[in-house]
Amino acid sequence: MTAPAVGRTALHTPTRGRAARWYERLIELGLAGCGMTSILVTIGIVVILAHESKDFFAQVSLGEFLGSTKWTPIIGDHRSYGVWPLLSATLTTAAIALAVAIPLGLLAAIYLSEYAAPRTRKIIKPALELLAGVPTIVFGYFAITTLTPALRDYIPGLAGGNLLSAGLMMGIMIVPLVASLSEDAIYAVPQSLREAAAGLGGGPFEAIRKVIVPSAWSGIAAAITLAASRAIGETMIVAIAAGNEARFGFDPRQPGQTATAYIVDISKGETPHGSVAYQTIFAVAAMLFVMTLIMNVISHRLSRRLRAAARA
Amino acid sequence: MRRPIDLTSARPGVFAEKAFVWLCRLGAAIPLTMLAWLLYRVAAAGVHRLSWSFLTDPPSQLDASTAGLGPALLGTLWLIVLTATIALPIGIGAAIYLEEYSRRSKLAGVLELAIANLAGVPSIVYGMLGLGLFVHALAMGETVIAGALTLALLILPIIITSAREALRTVKDGLREAALGLGATRWQCTRQVVLPMALPGILTGAILAIARAIGETAPLVVVGAVAFILYGPDGVDAKYTALPMQIFQWTSNPKRAFLDNAAAGILVLMATLLVINGVAIWLRNRYQSRRS
Repeated sequence: MTAPAVGRTALHTPTRGRAARWYERLIELGLAGCGMTSILVTIGIVVILAHESKDFFAQVSLGEFLGSTKWTPIIGDHRSYGVWPLLSATLTTAAIALAVAIPLGLLAAIYLSEYAAPRTRKIIKPALELLAGVPTIVFGYFAITTLTPALRDYIPGLAGGNLLSAGLMMGIMIVPLVASLSEDAIYAVPQSLREAAAGLGGGPFEAIRKVIVPSAWSGIAAAITLAASRAIGETMIVAIAAGNEARFGFDPRQPGQTATAYIVDISKGETPHGSVAYQTIFAVAAMLFVMTLIMNVISHRLSRRLRAAARA
Repeated sequence: MRRPIDLTSARPGVFAEKAFVWLCRLGAAIPLTMLAWLLYRVAAAGVHRLSWSFLTDPPSQLDASTAGLGPALLGTLWLIVLTATIALPIGIGAAIYLEEYSRRSKLAGVLELAIANLAGVPSIVYGMLGLGLFVHALAMGETVIAGALTLALLILPIIITSAREALRTVKDGLREAALGLGATRWQCTRQVVLPMALPGILTGAILAIARAIGETAPLVVVGAVAFILYGPDGVDAKYTALPMQIFQWTSNPKRAFLDNAAAGILVLMATLLVINGVAIWLRNRYQSRRS
């Protein structure tokens, strides 16, 4: 171990007296200020979203926003502000993503923690980290140039931009998140439970199915909730590959526009400050924020329960 | 949470045991195969566009073969430097406060909750914060500094969390020894704890900045422009960035620009790989020294 700097460095700040107390106090205040930033940012997000969407909801009732299935906020003579077309696309892509990421991520986690030899682990874990580090714009490029054309050979009636390939791509993107959090949860299962299960004469699969996964369940559920939140908030893949057409429906072969993709679509163009288009993106973002916040809180609670159970 | 263990249902046979191992292997293999396929496709499409002039030339809306990444690379460089300058002191300061000054205080509990929630906020919502706060309320307009501030807030929770972990690896005995010698809290932090935690803090900071480099969505919202011929010449200049340029080329109706997007992705991924490599090297060096 290298020696810490204590021996070499003179204590060149005042140690005693009033000057020292003031100096220490000032430093502590500064550091507390840095800490307060995260509270200010949280408040900032809530205030900005509430303030900017207030004007929107002065013109459009919450009933229309959440009740109508027509979203034509900037085109046509009859403007309609029903958010369901954006919601249906968001929910469809997120559901497809989870249908991919939960089984693959969970299986990968079980493989890494229960089966893989240390050498295999040393290769697969960094590879999954590499996958986790790929920027989402790259997945978007791959979905539109490679995945969609490949899927069109097998699925008749698949549109050029569609919810299916955006959802599948998003699922692959989320696998490392599910795998790494589930592995942590499985790792936290006491070794004694594994030994007890083995002692009862079953194979590893039986132990995994009846003992290990049930014991790790709250951690795995936390991982899944966090993955859902990530899928709902994911932006670039759906902005590029999902077709950018705000239409209500759950058919994955059709194009659609998620809440996030709508925000990108409007932001790309010139959006005058204070216009209705400007207000809609804040209303949509507020909805997005509330949805992800609820899921993050649930996930946080679940993982706390796992930690409490691990201590017990 | 604790359920009785079910021993009455049929036990899986040898075949089921073996099949399940293969299923698990498949769970790891499928995403990694997709990664390999992705890397191959990007390389195959983009490698022929890589050249020195591709890195330095301005983009073009007409001719894909002469378009380059010049302004985008400069914009990304400006963003990295500004984002790091803003986010690192605040993030590390917050981590020091939480670990060295306010352990288990009431305020620390509130701060922890805020950080945990911020870490889960989608990046596009940070873009909305930046648009409402920096671009309009503070009237910065669609400038590099507005983009950098937005990215700084985005990576703040990551920096705080990783810096806290690094500070936690410093043994309490060293703190007690320093305080016992008559050092004040700050002298102890500054001269004993920080030097020891620094490699860990830096590793986390580098990884957080790598994350900021690849972010596209918040930059679209705070108004990084899609087409610009020059790099920024000050903090209040208009700008574009590497992922923005890739996005623009990907959504260009002319097919030839897709190869430019692939080449841009190669540059982006190579940059991230180098940065992550530095972080891993730093971490290994630190770990081997500790043991």
